[in-house]
Amino acid sequence: MSEYLVNLKINNIPVSVKEGTTILDAAKKLNFNVPTLCNHPDLSVAGNCRVCVVEVKGARLLAASCATPVSEGMEVLTNSEKVRTARKHVIELLLSEHNADCTKCFKNGHCELQDLASEYRIGDHVFIDLVKAKDKIADISSPSISKDDSKCIRCQRCVRTCDELQSVSALAVVKKGDHQKISTFMNKPLHEVVCTNCGQCINRCPTGALTERTYIEEVWKAINDPLKHVVVQTAPAVRIGLGEDLGYDPGERVTGKMVAALKHIGFDSVLDTDFTADLTIMEEGTELLTRLKKALVDGEKVALPMMTSCSPGWIKFQEHMFPDLLDNLSTCKSPQQMFGALAKTYYAKKKGIDPKNMVSVSIMPCTAKKFECGRPEMRDSGYQDVDYVLTTRELAMMVKQAGINFMKLEDEHYDSIMGNSTGAAVIFGATGGVMEAALRTAYEIVTGREVPFTNLNIMPLRGFEGVKEAKVMIKDVKPEWSFLEGAELSVAIAHGLHNANTLMKAVREGKANYHFIEVMGCPGGCLGGGGQPIPTSPEIRSKRAEAIYGEDEGLPLRKSHENPEVIQIYKDFLGEPLGHKSHDLLHTHYKPRIRY
Amino acid sequence: MSNIETLIKTLVEKHGKTRNSLMPVLQGIVKEEHFLSEEAMIAVAKELDLSAADVYGTASFYTFLDTVPRGKNIIRICKTISCHMKGKDEIIEALEDVLKIKVGETTHDKKFTLLTANCLGWCHKGPVMLVNDEVFPEINQQKAVEIIEGIAKASK
Ligand code: SF4
Ligand code: SF4
Ligand code: SF4
Ligand code: FES
Repeated sequence: MSEYLVNLKINNIPVSVKEGTTILDAAKKLNFNVPTLCNHPDLSVAGNCRVCVVEVKGARLLAASCATPVSEGMEVLTNSEKVRTARKHVIELLLSEHNADCTKCFKNGHCELQDLASEYRIGDHVFIDLVKAKDKIADISSPSISKDDSKCIRCQRCVRTCDELQSVSALAVVKKGDHQKISTFMNKPLHEVVCTNCGQCINRCPTGALTERTYIEEVWKAINDPLKHVVVQTAPAVRIGLGEDLGYDPGERVTGKMVAALKHIGFDSVLDTDFTADLTIMEEGTELLTRLKKALVDGEKVALPMMTSCSPGWIKFQEHMFPDLLDNLSTCKSPQQMFGALAKTYYAKKKGIDPKNMVSVSIMPCTAKKFECGRPEMRDSGYQDVDYVLTTRELAMMVKQAGINFMKLEDEHYDSIMGNSTGAAVIFGATGGVMEAALRTAYEIVTGREVPFTNLNIMPLRGFEGVKEAKVMIKDVKPEWSFLEGAELSVAIAHGLHNANTLMKAVREGKANYHFIEVMGCPGGCLGGGGQPIPTSPEIRSKRAEAIYGEDEGLPLRKSHENPEVIQIYKDFLGEPLGHKSHDLLHTHYKPRIRY
Repeated sequence: MSNIETLIKTLVEKHGKTRNSLMPVLQGIVKEEHFLSEEAMIAVAKELDLSAADVYGTASFYTFLDTVPRGKNIIRICKTISCHMKGKDEIIEALEDVLKIKVGETTHDKKFTLLTANCLGWCHKGPVMLVNDEVFPEINQQKAVEIIEGIAKASK
């Protein structure tokens, strides 16, 4: 975009903006709010819903402000009588095809369409009701995603998300006219197609057409069952997102209040996925060093670069799209599933609970984890390791249902054991975080010294660039790691499946000479996960990232291998990283799937 | 490799491996096979490195790219207002009668499919019938039946 400034007037107020700016963004600069539905800050312009229309002096037709660039001398009215009438008609037309049963809708109270309908006081039906009865049956074949076409306004945000951000294109616009709909290939159930369950489409759907499959009722039932011991784990990114659904601005850390709320709700033990994030670093770091040793010393053929495996959306993507690279994935389970396997074994034994009577719930910023917990590989405790996965949004809903005044809560601490963690685990929630945590530990194991970055902050690994790269020189190693002396460790990081796709193509073609790659399925990493509060935007994700790194800096321990509970579990139960028990409980394998 | 895969390979070689070739490749398949099967759409998606949903989205947008099995000859009667006023309903009735099928169906011998179409651009010479690529303007019941019988004989 050029630096050339364009002068125009919006609602009679002069403003100068860069050439190429849309009328919508120029109006925003003056704090005039223009409603939008198909437009989204993360996506390309579609210009199909027309609720953003404005009047441009001299033009015969109203202009879609999201799709019209400003021009010199332009005079725009964002809220004239003509504009309001047109917008009202647009909303009425959308509602005439919409199954507006708001009281039963998961999006009630968080719905962009509902907000507009109430803002424009849409009342009696002006247009004929066209909601077809047959469309009212939602596709709930997926354990993660519910798709209800009767709520769809065909804004196509989901289609653009799945294509532009995720390079999956499980959804497309099919047919035309009044038959047009958002569909999978041949309208097959979602669980039969390439969908990764990432939930990014949910985060951007302005209505209740795409939502998570919710398990709130099942969880309440377990809590209210006196025979059940219900443990809950909370993922790193939940503590910096949850506040947004409970009255805080983005970027607020609510860890202590969240723990307090979970105790009020009635969970028997409130524990932390961060504990198994630290454990993941021990296992995955050891796995990387082992692979490197095999390659460099034993001359064995091992799959390198090794790739992280914490993100189940990414795992399913890889299974569908790059089944030839499954050996490159670390065999480590995600922290959620490590936690699940340990909860019903180690924890149960330590606390004297019969695992049969345990219900294991996890609160995740993620919808793909709902799918992951049901994978047949995830039953190593002898039971389903994790029973129910709730999103950050579902937890917020439970907090409200429980009548808790969240903002007034006093901070509380996680229970023990499996409630202790380090800053290295917290940063799992941001893209680059797993890599940073792994390097903090691996570098120290190999050299006996801390990573050579001020205050342990490995800045080159942070930020939202699509694919990040870094190199770390390894010098003056301990004798047992002499084969790494003078080696340069080369790493890469991708977030969002579009970036992962680019990186994987390079790996497949042999053009990417890295040792270790971190991939997170969602833009920004888990902090931008498909289960996080809606809305999302680059600014919101930046705020959440700041909160994550702030939480890390505020913790007394910031290296996974220093977590006392991690040291203890190896002593009491696991033996050593990659040991026999670890192999049984903490590692898994993958399954090639077809893309078509 | 199945016949359809060979056909698609040839078409992709001819038109190129880019997204822009999607339409000509789909048209090429319809020309030979009369419709786009699930298998065909998947094979195209693979060849062009697109998602299957993407291919289905494009295919289902165009009336002339069918995604359900069709007969060897596709009869389309214009249903738009001018042809309607000139008596398209009677023509459809006559054809349903001789072919023993309803609109949207295909004959048992897979020779004919009877469909309606939106405006074919022949309003001044309606009613109009399209058989495959050939236009028959200003038809009546008798003419329509004769044309179809002629095609049936010729392809015996
Ligand atoms: S999608 Fe929005 S407007 Fe529609 S029923 Fe749900 S809450 Fe109401
Ligand atoms: S499912 Fe949601 S995002 Fe997709 S087109 Fe419909 S309303 Fe828009
Ligand atoms: S969950 Fe992810 S992969 Fe599945 S349709 Fe939505 S955006 Fe696409
Ligand atoms: S928001 Fe501008 S056309 Fe939809």
